Amino acid sequence: MIFNTMKKEFTISLFTEHHIGILNQVTIIFTRRQINIESIAASASAVKGIHKLTIVVNTTEDMIGKVQRHLEKLIDVLKVFVHTNDEIIYQEIALYKVQTTEIMKSNKIESIVRSSNARFLEITPEYVVIEKTGHKQDTTDLLNKLDPYGVLQFVRSGRVAITKQT
Amino acid sequence: MAKTIKKEKITGAKALLYSLIEENVNTIFGYPGGAIMPIYNELYDIEDNKLNHILTRHEQGAAHAAQAYAMVTGKTGVCFATSGPGATNLVTGIANAFLDSVPVIFITAQVTSTLIGSDAFQETDILGISMPVTKWNYQITQAEEIPKIISKAFYIAGSGRPGPVLIDITKDAQMQTLAFNYQKCTHLRSYNPNIPLNPADIESAAILINHARKPLILAGHGILLSKAEKELMAFVEKTGIPVASTLLGLSAFPAKHPLYAGLLGMHGNYGPNIKTNEADLLIAIGMRFDDRVTGDLKRYATNANIIHIEIDKSELSKNVEVDIEIHGDAKEVLKALIDQVNANSYPEWLSGFKSCNKIEANKVIKQECYPSHGKIRMGEIVNLISEKTLGEAIIITDVGQHQMATARYYKFNNPNSLITSGGLGTMGFGLPAAVGAKIGKPNVPVIAFIGDGGFQMTIQELGTILQYKLPVKIIILNNNFLGMVRQWQDMFFDKRYASTELVNPDFIKIAEGFDISASRVIERETLEISIDEMLACEKSYLLEIMVEKEGNIFPMIEPGSSVSEIKLC
Repeated sequence: MIFNTMKKEFTISLFTEHHIGILNQVTIIFTRRQINIESIAASASAVKGIHKLTIVVNTTEDMIGKVQRHLEKLIDVLKVFVHTNDEIIYQEIALYKVQTTEIMKSNKIESIVRSSNARFLEITPEYVVIEKTGHKQDTTDLLNKLDPYGVLQFVRSGRVAITKQT
Repeated sequence: MAKTIKKEKITGAKALLYSLIEENVNTIFGYPGGAIMPIYNELYDIEDNKLNHILTRHEQGAAHAAQAYAMVTGKTGVCFATSGPGATNLVTGIANAFLDSVPVIFITAQVTSTLIGSDAFQETDILGISMPVTKWNYQITQAEEIPKIISKAFYIAGSGRPGPVLIDITKDAQMQTLAFNYQKCTHLRSYNPNIPLNPADIESAAILINHARKPLILAGHGILLSKAEKELMAFVEKTGIPVASTLLGLSAFPAKHPLYAGLLGMHGNYGPNIKTNEADLLIAIGMRFDDRVTGDLKRYATNANIIHIEIDKSELSKNVEVDIEIHGDAKEVLKALIDQVNANSYPEWLSGFKSCNKIEANKVIKQECYPSHGKIRMGEIVNLISEKTLGEAIIITDVGQHQMATARYYKFNNPNSLITSGGLGTMGFGLPAAVGAKIGKPNVPVIAFIGDGGFQMTIQELGTILQYKLPVKIIILNNNFLGMVRQWQDMFFDKRYASTELVNPDFIKIAEGFDISASRVIERETLEISIDEMLACEKSYLLEIMVEKEGNIFPMIEPGSSVSEIKLC
């Protein structure tokens, strides 16, 4: 049997009971198979009392199928969906902290923020916080553009996703 | 729905015991300690005929005993241990039950809830530790949760693909009081073990079966777990298809049946391994294509369509890509299939198995089971015991060469009569498993084959045998080696016997210290009479048999080889 060894990005949506330790139960399945989690987000779902985890991983088609069945086997997991990027609408949020003095030097940062469809979230005499939502590539592009001006802090959230299928 | 309500408030500890009684438990294996004392204190008041507690000599022993008890009785086993080291000592036993899909409820005590996370005395994160080797685990910090969680634990452990469940109960939850109200768990929204059969799958499987010319059944532990032995027999007798067995599937189908083809895998029989790659159809029932069964996956079942009947969806197409996945309980699936398959016979195909058997008999079995000279062989001992007990005993093994010899040469007649450590291969399993099996089936002879290495891993359980006067028969097959590792060193590491030779104690003297009758056999001439003496003894008995020091188990599929490359010598 020859398995397809091409890796690609998958978004896994898990609907779980909201129990202590559920995240641990889920993540050890990835650990055991040497799969690194690229991003993870946990929140309430549209159904009351049911929690939703959104996990992004890079792995093979064959492996993701096995992982899906293994996750579904967990007693506290209700349902697991696996999607490729073309099947979902997804978004991440990123925050960037830059020194205010850098902004005052020229209007370059302002124009980067405008052209990137980002926004100033907070402005203080010492620093500004810029917020950008988008795909990982978009938020990374902005990071690269701001980098010459000294990014003091950068953080990106886990992916949240909704399926296109109705 | 069974419902019990008691008005007066009782402690969490007592509620736990009442919950166990509600679940029809009457035997607990365990070991007390600090954090679990409130439970043992309540146990003191409960009559032995309601809840009989077996004090082992180590928590690992309690875990293995509870598993063996579950395997011979078909009930869910129960095991108690205290927090910290008590809980961590269970881990090997939990993992063993997990890999072999045996329902056992492990109750561990935990330090008082306010101390959790403070590195309190004997505090350990047993939830985190046991998570990868349990079907489910949960920590109770409030007494009110106890009845509900215990009923959930039994429901999860025993249904679907069974497995161990660990419930950790803090000391304060054991001591708080509650109004006891027990309701059996019959449903969970996140877990549905009752899988509806897909009629289309059954139909396609039946078509493949009816058109096959060289079909072979691979029978696994799932047959025993689903209690589908009768359905398997009916299916086999109607279709005329030969049955090969996995290690844990042994005893699901009687070895003396003309359609029994033998043991699969690394040290299995010649026929079923060779024929796996000649078959045009494999019907795998309640088994998981373990690497010890399949050998090299790329060259496995090269000519066959595969139908895989399996209750655990995550096992389907995990190791082997199959043609028809039937997700369901073995008993239900076989019932549905029987009506749709044709009565058939495969005389030519079966005669091929017979030829293989002849080859194996000449090249391996004759020398192993009927040697005329040289040191005593493991095979001849197992074969003698098999004949003398008519295949009716409950046989326990430890792990290693003696285990393979037992699996190969004992002719199992009754379901659940082999208790062995399969998936995890846990040395030290045998002696405590014999304890659990004897307590579960006191009226059936229990005979444990154990190597000199594995025996010393859990030798302290002789104390349990002494305390409860358990008439188990222990046969030590002594080659003064860790035999299976030595065999691999012989075959694959240029005979460099690194740390496999054992200097052993006097096992007879040790047995005497535990008030166990014992004798040692060195010469073939006294073998049979010593076995007779052991079998006739009404009390526990230890028989040490000195066997060939450097005997190897054959046939063998070497690691990385295909099943069809099985070697006879």
